[in-house]
Amino acid sequence: MEEKRETLLALYRTMVRIRAFEDAAEAASQGGVSAYGKAADGSAKVRGPLHLSTGQEAVAAGVCAHLEPTDYLTSTHRGHGHTLAKGADLARMMAELFGKATGFNGGKGGSMHIADFSVGMLGANGVVAAGMPIAVGAAHAQKLQRRPGLTACFFGDGAINRGPFLESLNWAKVFQLPVLFVCEDNRWSATTASGPMTAGEGASARAAGFDIPSFTVDGNDVLAVHEAAGELVGRIRDGRGPHLLHAVTYRLKGHVSVDPAGYRDPAELAEALKDDPISRARAVCAAIGGEGADLSVLDAIAREATEEVRAAVAAADAAPWPQTSAAFTDVQTTGEGQWR
Amino acid sequence: MALMTYAQAAVLAVRKEMEADPRVVVLGEDVGRGGIFGQYLGLQGQFGAERVIDTPISEAAIMGAGVGMALAGLRPVVEMRVVDFALCGMDEIVNQAAKNRYMFGGQGRVPLVARMCNGIWDASAAQHSQSLEAWFAHLPGVVVVCPSTPQDNYSLLRASMACGDPVIYMEHKTLWGLSGEVDPEVKIPLVKAQTLRKGGDLTLVSWSRQVAICEQACRELAQVGIEVDLIDLRTIWPWDREAVLASCGRTGHLLVVHEAVQAAGFGAELAATAAEETGCRVRRLGAPRIPVGYAPMLEAQSRIDADAVVKAAKGLVENRNLEKVHA
Repeated sequence: MEEKRETLLALYRTMVRIRAFEDAAEAASQGGVSAYGKAADGSAKVRGPLHLSTGQEAVAAGVCAHLEPTDYLTSTHRGHGHTLAKGADLARMMAELFGKATGFNGGKGGSMHIADFSVGMLGANGVVAAGMPIAVGAAHAQKLQRRPGLTACFFGDGAINRGPFLESLNWAKVFQLPVLFVCEDNRWSATTASGPMTAGEGASARAAGFDIPSFTVDGNDVLAVHEAAGELVGRIRDGRGPHLLHAVTYRLKGHVSVDPAGYRDPAELAEALKDDPISRARAVCAAIGGEGADLSVLDAIAREATEEVRAAVAAADAAPWPQTSAAFTDVQTTGEGQWR
Repeated sequence: MALMTYAQAAVLAVRKEMEADPRVVVLGEDVGRGGIFGQYLGLQGQFGAERVIDTPISEAAIMGAGVGMALAGLRPVVEMRVVDFALCGMDEIVNQAAKNRYMFGGQGRVPLVARMCNGIWDASAAQHSQSLEAWFAHLPGVVVVCPSTPQDNYSLLRASMACGDPVIYMEHKTLWGLSGEVDPEVKIPLVKAQTLRKGGDLTLVSWSRQVAICEQACRELAQVGIEVDLIDLRTIWPWDREAVLASCGRTGHLLVVHEAVQAAGFGAELAATAAEETGCRVRRLGAPRIPVGYAPMLEAQSRIDADAVVKAAKGLVENRNLEKVHA
């Protein structure tokens, strides 16, 4: 019971850090992009399309808790949560969203291209399913070089309708690669519900077609995600090849932060809000009893996260812009001698 | 020094790099059997199936996996079979390989060579005969190479594998059997063009298979007293501005000849830059903007032969308006 409580508190901490980050980024992004009939007003600190993972935190937290620094991770355009959960520095990520020189990419990437190679996070991606072939390539390198580690490959429900999904699953199985495919199914493909656009039973059924074992889990139950991911990660580390986790969750916000998502049935959202993974984790914690029943512990963790994010926003705001000369660096270096 | 084909020269280049560096791997369709042009012959036998990797027909995954391998510390040679099929991996080339280093603020590099042979493949029609070097020249983040001889193929492939950033390496589909002397000790740096003839009347720039046709045209032009600076550009991007512009400054005339469609071809870039920088008179000569046809007389409409080059050169030097070559 004590171990379960400790696990839950750690997962809770990851989730509330992600939530606090997303909430702050959302607030800083209003008016930051011309979309959905609204013009950018020039006042936003976080500019451009910002894809929030609000409500999906349990998937990032539950999966990444099992990852080591030697493991790789590829993510999606909705990748802040995965990045934080993999161990990336929160303040540098916020600075990147602000476009500042102190961000992970020195202001060259922004939200859609968040990466922290130092913790094995090989990048979010602005193109749906595009991280998948990169993930299997990274896993292929791990296998060829007899290195420890696996690659966790996050993608959304929309990605399973793109060719690279199918090519990557086939590839991973053919070469028996150490890949954990994670379908973070938030049930929306931009502003279109994914269900009517998807034939068959979805990600797990498609994995079965490649003889890739899969497991479907309630993606808003952080302990369930944690347990399922732990089982699959263990199998992969035992050399049993690729596995797929289908985590069903829900996107609480619009496609981007300025999308009011008026196309959704309000009842659907109301129902989803009752299923908020953070609220559910609090309820589970209370149910465990003992010290865990004292929600003030959870409140303290949440306050700490809010404070950490507040400081990150202030630091990002105060940080210097990149030099304009940076626009011309790291494009390519032609010539010999760079790698030898 | 040894006589070998363009394909054998490529095999030797990859072999030497694989011997020198265990991080070099090859991946693509049919590479274990040597590739459909023999451009990997014997390599799987020497280095094993783990380093010379036969893959499914999955161009997006081949290219994307190459990016992932590169980020994870390998130095992949990615085989796309022909440039026409590389189009199935275009997101992985354009949005992933080419952007990675810049977009992630230099956190990683993508030291891969994507081989995709270019040009008209005899009687292979529209989907196997394109010359798309200008597409990639337009793309920041990649180097583009088009070798024309066995020696160049050997030396430039080695230089490309040492480059450290993605290289779009475009051999020519019909040069594989071309024989020539190859000195394995010869190093040719990327970007360096080669001047094949010296002459004061006209600068003629070309690359890949079209170079040999231009050499033939130069001999004919010499007979009528037109002496040509013939430059094999070799690297399309970044191109050798110094060599080309110096020559244009001397001759006052630039003709660019390529097998690719003339409209929006790379010749336009060279011509515009040369005119801006040196004030020289310019002409481009490329294929008409039609898909390549199958029947011989249809296919021929997309080819630039020596006569067409001679005609364009004379028109430029003699200050005549160019007759419609493809009228």
